[in-house]
Amino acid sequence: MQTIKTAQLVKRYKNITAVDKLNLEIREGELFSLLGVNGAGKTTAIKLLSCLTKPTSGDAVVGGYSITKESEKVKRLIGVSPQETAVAPNLSVRENLELICGIHGFSKKKTQAKVTELSERLALDTVLERKAGKLSGGYGRRVSIAMALISEPQILFLDEPTLGLDLIARYELWETIRSLKGKITIVLTTHYMEEAEALSDRVGIMKNGKLLAVGTVEELNAKANTNDFESAFVSIVKESAI
Amino acid sequence: MRMLTFAKRCTKEILRDPINLGFGLGFPLVLLLLLSAIQSNIPVSLFEIDTLTPGITVFGLSFMTLFSATLVAKDRESALLQRLYTTPLSAFDFIIGYMLPLLPIALGQTVICYLFACCLGLTLSVNIVYAVIGIIPMAVLYIALGLLCGSVLGVKQVGGICGALLTNLSAWLSGVWFDLKLVGGFFEKMANALPFVHATEMEKALFSGDFELAGAHILPILLYSVAITTLAVFCFLRQMKKQ
Repeated sequence: MQTIKTAQLVKRYKNITAVDKLNLEIREGELFSLLGVNGAGKTTAIKLLSCLTKPTSGDAVVGGYSITKESEKVKRLIGVSPQETAVAPNLSVRENLELICGIHGFSKKKTQAKVTELSERLALDTVLERKAGKLSGGYGRRVSIAMALISEPQILFLDEPTLGLDLIARYELWETIRSLKGKITIVLTTHYMEEAEALSDRVGIMKNGKLLAVGTVEELNAKANTNDFESAFVSIVKESAI
Repeated sequence: MRMLTFAKRCTKEILRDPINLGFGLGFPLVLLLLLSAIQSNIPVSLFEIDTLTPGITVFGLSFMTLFSATLVAKDRESALLQRLYTTPLSAFDFIIGYMLPLLPIALGQTVICYLFACCLGLTLSVNIVYAVIGIIPMAVLYIALGLLCGSVLGVKQVGGICGALLTNLSAWLSGVWFDLKLVGGFFEKMANALPFVHATEMEKALFSGDFELAGAHILPILLYSVAITTLAVFCFLRQMKKQ
């Protein structure tokens, strides 16, 4: 069953077409990666699907609701962790989590339970009382993901979750993302081949706003006649006449 | 409830920024102290504590613009707003959530100024209460101006425009530091067309118990407050749509 389905989704900024007639289907519970070089349209695609920006034309159905006509209902189903670590810097990690709980109208009891659950799940126990703005990159991203998970979303959007992190922090975050797999639908954008390969059920390769290919890593390798995913990506991107 | 949660967060962000807070709350007190010291050595009627204090409280409000503009601009640049736009918070929640926390801070700053001035010899009277209440429309104007600047400017621009330009311009045009009649001409006309001098004169009038004179100055302040707040809401909604 598809949880996300886009139909001819287009986003234009003046003369630039950031997303060009995107037709994409993402299944319930899968981890789908949008892979592409910088400027491929991955972040814009996520912004469209999370109702942060309106499409120029086309539409998408997210969790059964239209992003153009029922954005408020879509917002109740999703969690978003933007590319930059989106936290309140002068608030502690606990206060950041409590802020999102409050915005979603949780009771005091539920807020406490949620903070405990997420701090354990994302290994934030040791930094709960520290100011979010003073955290390392890896912890900052984990807090950002925890904030996105508070509303118990059916669909989680992770925009370049490991961008700028060192190797260890990246591997630790991969473990966190893996632990979420299967429980909710995850759409992540990345330009790291190994990240898409290590985490994804399926990968969509984008270039200049267009979706060039979709499939499992094995399917994409087979399509490009190679056993190496990086070579497959380069081959698919180079072969496209866009 | 959602709005109050967001407002609580904004309060914490502002009160936990020691540089902003120290400068915003401390600077008006330093000025009171310094100008009172000058007055005791070289008597200038403009710097007599009963005349000076109402003006300084109005000048202190310009830091509210800096606080609110910095907060909104930082939130925009840090992608926190982007995250919050995907939550059920409405545009109304955002606007009130940003503006509401600054009102008690502005009133607190005004009270601190008057209390400090009392230590420097300010005449203690019930009119101080009226002066504190009377500052609300001007506080709203300054806070809305911050929302407006934060919606259209980046963090660095906010520092320059709200931190330096606005605080200086509003001070020069308020008649706190010098009598506007001394400059006269276009400068005086411009100052009278803007709300800053009216706010200073209204505060002075309220403090001295001349409510008729205070009433004569309130209309331009209210008009500017409504106009700036409307413009701020428009600009905030516009950037919200853009994001």
